[in-house]
Parts: sequence; C-alpha cells; structure tokens
Amino acid sequence: MPQFPFARRLAAAGALLAASTSPVALAQATPAEREVRTWAASCAACHNTEGRSLGGMPALAGRSADDLYRALIEFRTGKRPATVMHQHARGYTEDELRRIADWFASVKIAR
Amino acid sequence: MTALDRRHFLLAAGAGAGSLALSGCASFSQRPLARVVVIGGGYGGATAAKYLKLWEPRLEVTLVERNEAFVSCPISNLVLAGTERIENLTVRYDGLGRHGVRVVRDEAVAIDYERRVVRLARGDALPWDRLVVAPGIDFLYSQIPGLESPQAQEQVLHAWRAGPQTVELRRRLEAMPDGGTFAISIPRAPYRCPPGPYERASVVADYFRKAKPRSKLLILDANPDVTSKPALFKAVWAERYKGIVEYRPNSELVEFDLRNRTARLQVEDVKADLFNVIPPQRAGRIAEGLITVNRQWVGVEFLGFESQKIPGVHVIGDAIAAAPAMPKSGFMANNHAKVAAAAVIARITGQPVSESPIIANTCYSFLTTTEAVHVASVHKYDPKQKTLVPVPGAGGLSPGRTELEGQYAYAWARNIWADALG
Repeated sequence: MPQFPFARRLAAAGALLAASTSPVALAQATPAEREVRTWAASCAACHNTEGRSLGGMPALAGRSADDLYRALIEFRTGKRPATVMHQHARGYTEDELRRIADWFASVKIAR
Repeated sequence: MTALDRRHFLLAAGAGAGSLALSGCASFSQRPLARVVVIGGGYGGATAAKYLKLWEPRLEVTLVERNEAFVSCPISNLVLAGTERIENLTVRYDGLGRHGVRVVRDEAVAIDYERRVVRLARGDALPWDRLVVAPGIDFLYSQIPGLESPQAQEQVLHAWRAGPQTVELRRRLEAMPDGGTFAISIPRAPYRCPPGPYERASVVADYFRKAKPRSKLLILDANPDVTSKPALFKAVWAERYKGIVEYRPNSELVEFDLRNRTARLQVEDVKADLFNVIPPQRAGRIAEGLITVNRQWVGVEFLGFESQKIPGVHVIGDAIAAAPAMPKSGFMANNHAKVAAAAVIARITGQPVSESPIIANTCYSFLTTTEAVHVASVHKYDPKQKTLVPVPGAGGLSPGRTELEGQYAYAWARNIWADALG
C-alpha cells in the first residue's frame, strides 16, 4: 500500500515554486497567454502546478514542446497507449494542444 | 467612484504614461491592487487562493478556514477499509503562506454584500473588493425525521466530510461482529462525489471479505440506478463481493427509527447493525444568500463562476448548480478555482475575461483496496448555451479495474494536494 509521509516533500516543492521566476506571474500577460495558462492549469490537477509533478505522474515543466505535442497527438489518435490521457487529449483541438505543449515547455526548471 | 474604481483609474493612467513597471509593484510595501477574500479552504478555495497570488502577486488574498488542516475526502474511503490512515490525508495550510496568502483560522458567519465585508465568529470583519465563496456542502437533516438532533447524528454518521467521522465510522466497522449488516443510505443526485458511496461500499466489502466474511453490506440508493460508473461497480459486486453486497435502487430514506435501528423507506423497513446515512445536501450555509436553484445550489455563469445573483462574488466547487454532466468532485472544484481566479484577475485589472475556458475532470474510484477505475471528461464553454458542456468524443471510463489505476489514484491525490496547498 502506498503511504503518504510526504508533507516535507510538499513543503519543499512549494518553497521552490514560490521562489521561482515563473512565467505565470507576469502581470502583463496578453489575453492569449492568460488563456493558455488557464487551460494548462487544468492539467495541474494531476501533474501539479506548472507541471512540476511530485511523482507518479509525468512532469511536464520545461520539457521539449515538440515531444509534449507529439505525445498529446499520439494519445489523441490512440497510437500511444494510455489509461486516461487519450480521453483527455480528444477534448482539445490540435491548435489548443500545441499551445498547451508550448506553455509547459516555457516553464523554467532548475537543471 | 468606489475605491476599486479609483485604483483602476490610477492603474490605467500609470500604464498610459508608460511610467510604471507594474510587475515591480509587488516587491514594494504599496497598497495592494485589490483585496480578495476566499471563504473555505477545501479543494476549490485553497486552489483559488494560491492561483490568485501566483498569477497576480499584487493582490491581497485572505483565505478564511475554520479547520486547522485540510483533510481529503478522496482516498478517505480507504480509511474505512483500514488500509489508509487519516493523518496521511491531512495537509496543513502553511504552504499557502509561502505564496503570500494570508490564512485566517476562523469561521465566516455572515457576508454583508452591501458593505462588502465577511463577518467572522471571532476576528475582525474582512473587507473585500471581490469575494470567492467555496463553502462545500451542508446536510439537510431536516428531510430525515428521526435524525434532526445532534445526538441522533452522533449515532448515525455521514462520514461525508473527511475527518473525525471517518475515523469513528472505521472504529464502528471494526467493532461490528462478523455476520452483522452494514447499511449505506445514498441521497438523490446531485450530491457530493457521485461515485463515492459506491466506492465506499466496494472497499468496505473488501474489508468484510477478508476480516468478517459472513457480514452483509446493504446499499440503499434513493436513485433508480448507480449514478456513476454503474457497470464497473455492479461487476465487482457480482463477482468479488457476491454474497456480501446487496444493491437496492429506488430506496430513499424517509424516516429513521433510532431506537429500533431501522431505516424507513417508502416501500419497506430495513434493519441493520450499523448504518451510514449520507443525507441530502445543499450549498454550505455561508452561501445561503446566493442560492438560486431548487433552494439548494448557487447559480453561476461559467466564464468566471460569478454568482447569478450578486456581482463581484464568485462561487466554486460542490456548492454550485453544476453545468451539464459536471460532477461535484474535488478535481472539478480545483478546475473551477482556476477559471474563477483568472476571471477575478481580469476584472480587477480591467482586462477581458476569456470566453473559451476549458476544464476537465478525472475521478478515480477504488473497487478493491488496491485496484481502481476512473471516469474522465473535458468541458468547453458553448456560447450558444452559455454553459460548459462535455466535449463529444472525449472522456470515458476505464475498461476494468487495475492496480496501475490504483497507483494513479494515489499519484493524483499527492499532486492535487500540492497543486492546491503546496
């Protein structure tokens, strides 16, 4: 049975996020940027804020935009096996998936 | 001109003159752009408070929450099954402080919409320029004669808000003798977490199967059929829990006879050794003045979750009259919160509110203590219907229960707790 002694990890992740110069905090974001940021925020319900997964789900933050987009399209067509992602990817147009992939790729991560 | 309008004006003037680097304001101890108060620190409210600060650091964001810590309803049925501990589903509110959210531990007792303040049980009233109300649910015990008193409610638990009742119901399940009958009463939809009662029945049956195999589990459902994932639940009951689980549709509880431990349904009386009555529900009491639908739920518009009754007040989570095929789930509340936060920021900064929100849902349910299934959906705004509607061809169910999805259910929980509170 997986157990959850993870409060410390959660705190560390939060501190990192608060300290990062994240793309989401740009006050002058354009309407298009704010739109895709809100779409991408939906994904955070499984992949954590800005796609900084704590584990068990793939991290999306700072990944290659083309890799993310290809994965989403392959989920959509059924080429890539999935438990749930094919059902989500089919809810978005190719253009929406492209913009979401680009947004996650733009998230700064410590290397 | 209201105070807020004045700020708008100054902002616009500053931007027009090109003399203000707006993003730099946050680091100075200047007056905030606006004050936003969030009532309720569950899946919806905590997420809203965090994202308001994340996306617009110049806001002053105050979260009012009466409990010391967040306790997750998702996963809590495994506490009843004995494979998980409530401590592991509990997250403190400290993480929100690191994002600059002011967390006030108090109870919001009234909202003054005229003066735009939230009155608290103990502390000073909180003024707001925009308000986010995320009150969750309250229980309509008035609809169940016999269970109106607090004493009766202590004897017949709901365990439908995770916390002390969850722990106490587990204790009573352990105390029930092998060969006893446990009955779960489910109210008519809509209620919080559509698959939750059936998940509860399944994982408690898994506990009975291992620990007290002569016991029975009776599901008394007010609805005509299982309201979520019906084929998946019925399959596991017929196969793995054969002889333990009995499902009775159209079995609405109309009265409870505490002395004789008997549930009175419309058509019959049912006795059991232990009852779990999940009562009918409505929006949490603090949202009373915002209720517009069936005297139960708060009507909102779906571009920003703004109340249909009172402008400037956004309502999210289980308390709203949901859009078509939108379940009352923690995942949905988390997604409502982000659309609402974006709209609050747009309104305050004088920008257009996006007319194309897209949100999603994935609800995992455990069918055994290790194997889970999901139901998923994607919801897009339809300008003709003026609501969020499920995208045809998207979403769906698991083909069957797997341990892999059990692991994903846990991973989902860890990540959404971090997304909302970390």
